[in-house]
Amino acid sequence: MHSGKSAWDGVEGPTEEQVAYCIRCGLCLSVCPTYKESLRETESPRGRVALVAKAIEGELELTRNFKDHMYRCLACLACTHICPVGIKPAELCLEARYAIEQVQPTPLLKPLLFRGIFPRTGLLELLTKPVALYDRSGVRKVVNALGVTGVLPSQLRDMERMLPNRLPWRGTRHQLPDRVLARGERRAHVAYFLGCVQGVMMAEGCKATVEVLAENGCDVVIPKQVKCCGMPMVGYGFKDEARQMARHNIDLLLGLNVEAIITDCATCGSSLKEYPEWLENDPEYAERAKQFAAKVRDISEFLVELGIRPPAGQVGARVTYHDPCHLCRAQGIRSQPREVLRAAGVDLIEMKESDTCCGSAGTQLITHYHTSVGILERKMDNVAATEAEIIASGCPGCQMQLNLGVKRRGLDARVVHPSQLLAQAYRKKKSDE
Amino acid sequence: MIEPRIIKELQNLVGKQHVLTSPEDLVAYSYDGTFAERRPDVVVSPNSTEQVSQIMGLAYREEIPVVPRGMASGLAAASVPINGGIVLNLCRMNRILEIDELNFTVTAEAGVVTQDLADAVARKGLFYPPDPSSIKQSTLGGNAACNAGGPRCLKYGVTSDYVRGLTVVLADGRVIKTGGKAIKNVTGYNLTQLFVGSEGTLGVITELILKLIPLPKVARTAKAVFPKLADASQCVNRILTAGITPATIELMDETTIATIEEAMHLNLPLDVEAILIIESDGMDEQRVNQEIEAIADICRATGAREVQVARTEKERNDLWVARRAISPSLARRAPNKLGEDISVPRSAIPDAVAAIKEISRQVRIPIAIFGHAGDGNLHPNILFDRRDPVQVEKMKKAAAEIFRVALQLGGTLSGEHGVGSLKRPFVEQDVGPVFIDVMNQIKKALDPKNILNPGKVIPGPVPGGRDLFAW
Repeated sequence: MHSGKSAWDGVEGPTEEQVAYCIRCGLCLSVCPTYKESLRETESPRGRVALVAKAIEGELELTRNFKDHMYRCLACLACTHICPVGIKPAELCLEARYAIEQVQPTPLLKPLLFRGIFPRTGLLELLTKPVALYDRSGVRKVVNALGVTGVLPSQLRDMERMLPNRLPWRGTRHQLPDRVLARGERRAHVAYFLGCVQGVMMAEGCKATVEVLAENGCDVVIPKQVKCCGMPMVGYGFKDEARQMARHNIDLLLGLNVEAIITDCATCGSSLKEYPEWLENDPEYAERAKQFAAKVRDISEFLVELGIRPPAGQVGARVTYHDPCHLCRAQGIRSQPREVLRAAGVDLIEMKESDTCCGSAGTQLITHYHTSVGILERKMDNVAATEAEIIASGCPGCQMQLNLGVKRRGLDARVVHPSQLLAQAYRKKKSDE
Repeated sequence: MIEPRIIKELQNLVGKQHVLTSPEDLVAYSYDGTFAERRPDVVVSPNSTEQVSQIMGLAYREEIPVVPRGMASGLAAASVPINGGIVLNLCRMNRILEIDELNFTVTAEAGVVTQDLADAVARKGLFYPPDPSSIKQSTLGGNAACNAGGPRCLKYGVTSDYVRGLTVVLADGRVIKTGGKAIKNVTGYNLTQLFVGSEGTLGVITELILKLIPLPKVARTAKAVFPKLADASQCVNRILTAGITPATIELMDETTIATIEEAMHLNLPLDVEAILIIESDGMDEQRVNQEIEAIADICRATGAREVQVARTEKERNDLWVARRAISPSLARRAPNKLGEDISVPRSAIPDAVAAIKEISRQVRIPIAIFGHAGDGNLHPNILFDRRDPVQVEKMKKAAAEIFRVALQLGGTLSGEHGVGSLKRPFVEQDVGPVFIDVMNQIKKALDPKNILNPGKVIPGPVPGGRDLFAW
């Protein structure tokens, strides 16, 4: 049966034990967004597990095609959660990417991104300046008015439409103070983990989260030296770089002696909570990673644990909620964001398949455009059926993708972070006073 | 290997992106729900009966084997290619064409997922009862080709009871329509039922007309714990002879109970020989309530130590948790399992279970037994690790013995999984030489070049000489 050497012999990668117990029942096909979109076994979790198994058995080589199949997984974790046996197909794909990167390092672009740019938040911000300039200078308006984007290839046009309606000129890091004091009785001392995409793209969401924390009696420190949570590196097979990020963030945030580390990005939250697994073989950091992860909370999770101070104001809007994969499955957080929305006083209309991936998965719109858009269309069918005027979701990747969905459909709806609606409810109280 | 000119021709028929030949794609289409695996030469995914007909025409002309495939959740390796050729993936043909609310029928393509069909008709107050465990990951075409069953068939019958008409592409590419919406139809041979259960060896089912019934409004569930398996069996007979037909009567034996408990910690009793899970359903709430209470009384009277009747939907789901946990729990205990589906007369269940336990002891390999006690369809699951040759030998020995037991007790090899490759060597013992001869003649008449799923169902040498399972 074992005709050859494992395709990632000698490096860290998926092992036979991780695939041997797959009974090939196929249940995972019923929940996999890429399978449902393509109806192709090779783009299903069971298929990917079989590919990994055959690579381990030495029967498949790490061809371009093989790599592409590993990269087609959205890592939405739907398969991992439904698998009766405990196989983790999504995680296997991520581990295979890491193994492939070790055996056949990609030249140029990816190392530049993950070693050069992502670890430096300032640089990342700088790179978005041209886009912000395009937005601010009015060029975007002119382009839109002339319908120029209409003649761009559809993928480019969609990438443009994915951007928030208004990009901040200065990154959120420069807009937020280092410390915000609690309002009313002080209930907790927390740190706010400023995520990269959230910070660069979603300034309003970040500010709302900090505001909501303060409204709930939290002293908030906002360390500006935090680095990328590491998820983009893990997603592209740069696990060693991700571990570097983890060590940096652990040192920085554990040193602050706060009661909780708050994130309002589903993806950051799931990575931060995974640090113990990333660093389990690091004698120096294994234990500290556990202490660190024990303090990490998604904003909604934290607020519900603390008890949300009821705002006097109400946001009387029709809202639907999209469960980010990294929140509902990676962290098991489903009810808390809804409680935040209810506290804000919105009219919450549940959409069908609210916890099915929106097709963003970080960069799928760029790397696998047709699949990503196909999955998004199904999501938008479900969104449109609710006739909601606001779509709430606590993940910047989902927000950008949903933003695109809204524009593609021409829906009269906006996409926000749940914190923004709660903050709005608190502000209403103030303006009423 | 298939010549490039044929690949080109296939691409012209269905579009380039629907003809797959990369090693990765061939691996992904090399297996089903068993542990068998072998790669095809090419995977073709048509989108219409017409395309299937063209593909079959080409395959017939060139004498290329064709293995029809849905979602490959089968448990007999029926959709695993033996000797290369074309895997014909029907999953793109997934349209529900018509729900006829007056005639209680639905017309759908072969690639529709069974659960999707059940949901679609339920929205109209109609019911498609066949419920194989793979309902979410199997297709109507596959269900019909293997005549799938499920827990509910005690009361509602199996897939064939719901197939009223078929569109089938024959080996040479001609299209035949059988049956129709009419309930009564004796015009000519009953070819519909010839194709049902033929496992892709006689034709490719592309479209089905299925019978529906009104959707039951209420379901109540009971769980009964029996210290003695014989009592549980007697209980089943008493329920049925009392004129009650529950929707399901599911049995699990002590090995199964222990395995679930080890994996899931559901507080199941470890000192009993059997648990029955019984569900009653119907249109009238009062009648269903009466029925489940009567069932509970019979359970107590026949030796149940504990009977629990679910009061709420949540309690009902909780009772089903144990049943649903069986397969995953078994899988956590050993990497591979051979899931059998012997079927015996209901009254022979205690003898069958006792004999299988004896096999497990003698061969020294774990066998968990569960199944549909109401209809005598048992699932002895042999647990093993295919990487260990000693265990593989034991598995083979135990499987052969289990088949022998089923036949001895007046039963049959397969109740609902089908023969496929897995049980082919044992078929003749079950049905005898005349039956085999008739099957061979039918096969020759419909598939003279032996291109449709060759080497399946009917015993004999396989093309290429290498069978999937070396018994």
